[in-house]
Amino acid sequence: MTLSEKYRDEIAAILARYPVKRSALIPLLYLAQREQGYVTEEAMVEIARILGLTPPQVYETVTFYTLFNLKPVGKFHIQICKSLMCALVGSDTVIEWINAKLGIGPGETTPDGLFTLSLVECLASCGTGPMMQINEDYYERLTEEKVDRILADLRSTGSSSLKSGPFMWPEPMKT
Amino acid sequence: MPQHELILLKNMMRPGYGGSLAEYERAGGYQAIRMTLGKIPPADVTTAVRKSGLRGRGGAGFPTGVKWGFLPKDYQGPRYLCCNADESEPGTFKDRQLMERDPHQVLEGIILACYAIGAESAYIYIRGELVLAATILERAIGEARAAGYIGKNILGTGVNVDVWVHRGAGAYICGEETALLESLEGKRGLPRVKPPFPATHGLYGKPTVVNNVETLANLPHILTRGPEWFASIGSPPKSTGTRIFCVSGHVKRPGNYELPMGVTVRELIYEHAGGMRSDKPLKAFIPGGASAPFLTPAHLDVKLDFESVAAAGSMLGSGGVTVMEEGTSMVWAALRLMEFFYHESCGKCSPCREGSSWLVQIMRRIVAKRGRMEDLETLSDLCKNIAGRTVCAFGDAEVAPIQGTLKYWRDEYVALIREAESANLIMPEPAGAKR
Ligand SMILES: Cc1cc2nc3c(=O)[nH]c(=O)nc-3n(C[C@H](O)[C@H](O)[C@H](O)COP(=O)(O)O)c2cc1C
Ligand code: SF4
Ligand code: FES
Repeated sequence: MTLSEKYRDEIAAILARYPVKRSALIPLLYLAQREQGYVTEEAMVEIARILGLTPPQVYETVTFYTLFNLKPVGKFHIQICKSLMCALVGSDTVIEWINAKLGIGPGETTPDGLFTLSLVECLASCGTGPMMQINEDYYERLTEEKVDRILADLRSTGSSSLKSGPFMWPEPMKT
Repeated sequence: MPQHELILLKNMMRPGYGGSLAEYERAGGYQAIRMTLGKIPPADVTTAVRKSGLRGRGGAGFPTGVKWGFLPKDYQGPRYLCCNADESEPGTFKDRQLMERDPHQVLEGIILACYAIGAESAYIYIRGELVLAATILERAIGEARAAGYIGKNILGTGVNVDVWVHRGAGAYICGEETALLESLEGKRGLPRVKPPFPATHGLYGKPTVVNNVETLANLPHILTRGPEWFASIGSPPKSTGTRIFCVSGHVKRPGNYELPMGVTVRELIYEHAGGMRSDKPLKAFIPGGASAPFLTPAHLDVKLDFESVAAAGSMLGSGGVTVMEEGTSMVWAALRLMEFFYHESCGKCSPCREGSSWLVQIMRRIVAKRGRMEDLETLSDLCKNIAGRTVCAFGDAEVAPIQGTLKYWRDEYVALIREAESANLIMPEPAGAKR
């Protein structure tokens, strides 16, 4: 089924937000990625048609943005922040842990297709580093034990209660 | 520890505060809209904001009321407000907290700004990774719409404002305001050549204001408590109000601290953030995000306001304060930031695109102990030829870490290179190898 058939109402709602259709490009690419885990060529062609663009116009835009995958990634995409503030508090060690536990380095996926590792730049949690994002969730103030539990949770239930909730750090002090 | 009145973080610091519409209203929220919309002429709102002395919290520190005043007065077509929620400057994590813990405070600020500038549509451009913040904002917008604070004819005043969340997709440069506009138009996020400025040619070529999340969150307070009150906080007349300082690195209690502008770095680090995490003393700190040059222990009594930090040779920027202890290699730290800038250069102009690649290569080889003494000259020259010669301010930002560390810790660069040279004496590389 095409995106327009499957998500007719959602696409209409997205288009209604903007006076110029092309603005809906990133939102529609997100929709396509949610559907298949990455942005397929067919999806790009279809989005071009919906927005009255040429496929190269879509391609040129999609390649500028790092959050769009143009090929399949593992079920859990681990993204470790390696920028300075996290590096000061041990992000390089987190990379080693993942490497030792899953046998993958940056850019690699485990043979079972479960985990892909990427190194990324600052994710706006520098005060609670080292940290990583897995799919849409943040995991902060990582320790080796925490990493073990997160990986085990993801394997067994597909999600982990160790993910961050609405962010505040430091937490309010009890008076 | 000195106590200071909280403004922006006040609600959320109350244990149990969840940021819902009802909780926000109970804390006095949405009063500013009731007092302002249809009661105070938009031009007077702009005047009040100008009088408050509020300056942008996104990095550049431009006076907010003055910026709003640049919009053409007689223009009849649509105008836009864009809330800059891209928060990607390494070391900065305050907007995320404002959005996830008290989203209605941000929304009320957006509605007030729209009213002042005559915009009926606002887009919150939020960095793509902040999925939770986007979800929380969407939910808050739904609540505010149902309560009549957003949408057509707000509270019967005849004012229309619609607010939409627009997610970015992973590109630091989209925090630069004209790149943000390009991205919002569905294109690659390449900064535009200025002038023309967004005030006249912004989103879809229409008059547009771009303001940071924290800037906007201040507006409800300025309008309920008055510009004179706001102007009395901090270091008047040039740096009024509070800042949320994001403290990271080697301190005991990293995190967000809202303090009046003008507190010293010493107070921030040693009183609020708990001091150094171990018995190693402070070696260096960055006062305003990755784009701000490093400072030294000699600068601990510098006041954290726009003028004082600039006078000390750095900038207050985004409010991200990163602390480094003795033992941290400054060359390594500068390289880490340089890797970031190299990765994020959008490639539109050659000094930045080529320059960032050369800088990162030279820095990598110095850290790998394969540097040569001439590299130091080359680094300085490159920095001078990038800063001020690019389409956007990214060019000035990317040279900051290297220029700052070369100024105060040149000896560390020299030591690494000496090691390289003495290693070469013992084990000469074959001619033409490596490098
Ligand atoms: C490379 C670069 C990145 C920027 N990133 C951000 C950002 O993430 N968030 C932000 O609010 N401003 C950012 N800015 C500043 C914006 O261009 C703009 O000045 C700001 O959004 C204006 O809002 P303000 O006046 O309320 O600060 C950045 C600027 C540059 C040059
Ligand atoms: S300075 Fe860098 S980031 Fe800015 S427009 Fe030029 S290439 Fe792009
Ligand atoms: S440096 Fe890692 S989140 Fe900012």
